[in-house]
Amino acid sequence: MPIFQRDDVMEYDVVIVGGGPSGLTAAIKLKQLAEKEGKEISVCLLEKGNGIGAHILSGAVLEPRTLNELFPDWKERGAPLNVPAGEDKFLFLTERGSLKLPTPPTMANHGNYIISLGNFCRWLGEQAEALGVEIFPETAAYEVLYNDDGSVKGVATAPMGLDKEGNPTDDFYPGMELLAKQTIFAEGCRGSLTKTLMEKFNLRANCDPETYGIGIKELWEIKPENHQEGLIMHTIGWPLSNDTYGGSFFYHFENNQLAIGFVIGLDYKNPWISPFEEFQRYKTHPAIRKYLEGGRRISYGARALVEGGYQAVPKLTFPGGVLIGDTAGFLNVPKVKGTHMCMKSGLVAAEAIFEHINKENAGSEVTEYSDKLKQSWMWDELYTVRNIRPSFHWGLWPGLVLSAIDTYLFRGKAPWTMHHHDDHSALENKAKYPKIEYPKPDGVISFDRLSSVYLSSTNHRDGQPCHLKLKDESVAINVNYDKFGSPETRYCPAGVYEILGEEEGKPRLQINSQNCLHCKTCDIKDPTQNINWTVPEGGGGPNYPNM
Amino acid sequence: MKVLVPVKRVVDYNVRVRVKADGTDVDLANAKMSINPFDDIAVEEAIRLKEKGKAKEVVAVTIGDAKADEQLRTALAMGADRAIRVDAAANLQPLAVAKLLAEVCKEENPDLIITGNQAIDDDSAQVGQMLAALLGRPQAYSACAVEAGAGSVKVTKVIDGGKETVELTTPAVITASDKLNEARLPKLPDIMKAKKKPLEVKTYGVDVAPRLSVSKVSEPPKRSAGIKVPDVATLVDKLKNEAKVI
Repeated sequence: MPIFQRDDVMEYDVVIVGGGPSGLTAAIKLKQLAEKEGKEISVCLLEKGNGIGAHILSGAVLEPRTLNELFPDWKERGAPLNVPAGEDKFLFLTERGSLKLPTPPTMANHGNYIISLGNFCRWLGEQAEALGVEIFPETAAYEVLYNDDGSVKGVATAPMGLDKEGNPTDDFYPGMELLAKQTIFAEGCRGSLTKTLMEKFNLRANCDPETYGIGIKELWEIKPENHQEGLIMHTIGWPLSNDTYGGSFFYHFENNQLAIGFVIGLDYKNPWISPFEEFQRYKTHPAIRKYLEGGRRISYGARALVEGGYQAVPKLTFPGGVLIGDTAGFLNVPKVKGTHMCMKSGLVAAEAIFEHINKENAGSEVTEYSDKLKQSWMWDELYTVRNIRPSFHWGLWPGLVLSAIDTYLFRGKAPWTMHHHDDHSALENKAKYPKIEYPKPDGVISFDRLSSVYLSSTNHRDGQPCHLKLKDESVAINVNYDKFGSPETRYCPAGVYEILGEEEGKPRLQINSQNCLHCKTCDIKDPTQNINWTVPEGGGGPNYPNM
Repeated sequence: MKVLVPVKRVVDYNVRVRVKADGTDVDLANAKMSINPFDDIAVEEAIRLKEKGKAKEVVAVTIGDAKADEQLRTALAMGADRAIRVDAAANLQPLAVAKLLAEVCKEENPDLIITGNQAIDDDSAQVGQMLAALLGRPQAYSACAVEAGAGSVKVTKVIDGGKETVELTTPAVITASDKLNEARLPKLPDIMKAKKKPLEVKTYGVDVAPRLSVSKVSEPPKRSAGIKVPDVATLVDKLKNEAKVI
């Protein structure tokens, strides 16, 4: 990593990295507490997207539990929770048919809302700014800064105006240092700075490896006669084989819009699997297609998500900072939602930090945050469902049976806890599996990657260094290509990775980093962890409007 | 010299817009909005004039609701000294915009007004000329170089097949082409400082009623996918008999 001489420095009480639901909740709560106690607190929040919400992608069904705690008057404040959850459907798909399954209690959505998480964050952002939080979009946190005693001092923003080789151009700006008493990392699933913190402070020493999924989502505008506002449908089964964990979500949103998406566990073994094409194929199922006929696709995007739950939560505090939200890994897998828990972690962190920095000689690590979180409802919720995701390690049917036993018989209090394995080491040699021939897209219901990425309005400034770094370039061919058939060309939902020169017998990996949707799947699934996802210049990435 | 730079809040150039299902407009709900790229270039030019010591003050102006403050803050972060927002509906037509800007000019008395050739949302390309007419001042369209003198300004314009250089007596109106310069990206410390720069909100009693009505908004026709032909003979045959172009 190049060392830049940075002259611009600014100090705050708290710096928050990431403008998602957890980061924004923490910012708001800090300001609310300061207002209540008549104290001053300066809070700065950095967001790498081109505006709050630009990089946010989720289903989403929101359980308003934490929102009720944060803003009991959210309705009067105009929070964009406009579609109360209606009917719940849970289907098992076979190639041509579908079977209605009983909706598990965890998947009942009465009292919840179908939302666009991006728009919800935009609203949270407005609330935060009104309370005096300084929000800086288009600003990527690039590097963690440390004090001499090893504690976190703050973060530095990404340099601007470097050329492809990383040399400064005339527009070069080395970035700015933002220092804080406490730095809150709220980067979302697989945060790039969080990754370095986990290593530096050994935060994963006493937990299971995190396990992830990739979620791919499209927004459709469908015919009014096919639209049933509030309908929530989830499917499992086809087109996935029984040894691959995953399923679809299908939410009838406002304005005849339909949020449709597919999630596949990244612990899949068959390197020929293409999550993008599984999703495209899924939409052609008669039970799904009938809703889409005559409609048009209006947006597309993808994001990795955390599925490890309770046993994969790392140590949450370290000198000078804390982890909140999905970068720590708070998702309730059987509920298919996590926003309420991520927000709760932000809220509890804010309370703990506020108290901590107002205390004399309190030390640099806010351990009260994790203590308080463990006493909250959120921790119980995470604990209760801890065995569901790992049950599916044995395949779909054993998973369903084990989950049913855990849910109905033990009610989450089984005397054991099952464990996770690393996702990247799950991949097996390409020779073990026949190549999967996916159907060609029809351009009506199913599409190719490039026309999809186009709808995500993704852009990165031309001529900047590639933000997807290979630790060893030869591994891309010697290992990824030779052993696994270059799985990155399939799991990347944006066509960033391409093998060229195959016909001449000289395969090489081309990285089209300007297409990157910031989903982080490559960083997670690369079999030897040779791909390192780092932040590009601030403002780059997708521009999701209503995702 | 005082330079006034009118900027418009438009949909960001990276955003793929789409027509609303009822065909009345494009759907901009929750889309990223930015300074019109042509106006961005105008701001840059004004700041360069200031950096060269030619301009004393750069004032950014926009017309719109409170959301447009965001774009004024961007102009301030780039280097404008202060900003004015004329409080009005966000999507006024060119004549109304020109009339309101003329009111601002009467109060501010700028020596130079630099704005973009056109806005990337409606591509009207009318405000600069209308404003010059209302003020009774000279104007140069599609500038690719600006050289400020004493009491006059030399402007090189992009015209059909080449360039043309004209000299205008100031006060004058210049509209910027995309060849004028490359606008800078504001740096974080400047964005922080911009939050504290003055931003005035004004209203004027001007008739801003629309003169044009939109009858229909539609998407461009879809291009059908290309085909591969096996040889030249088939290509010629298809061009002759199917496309009927040769």
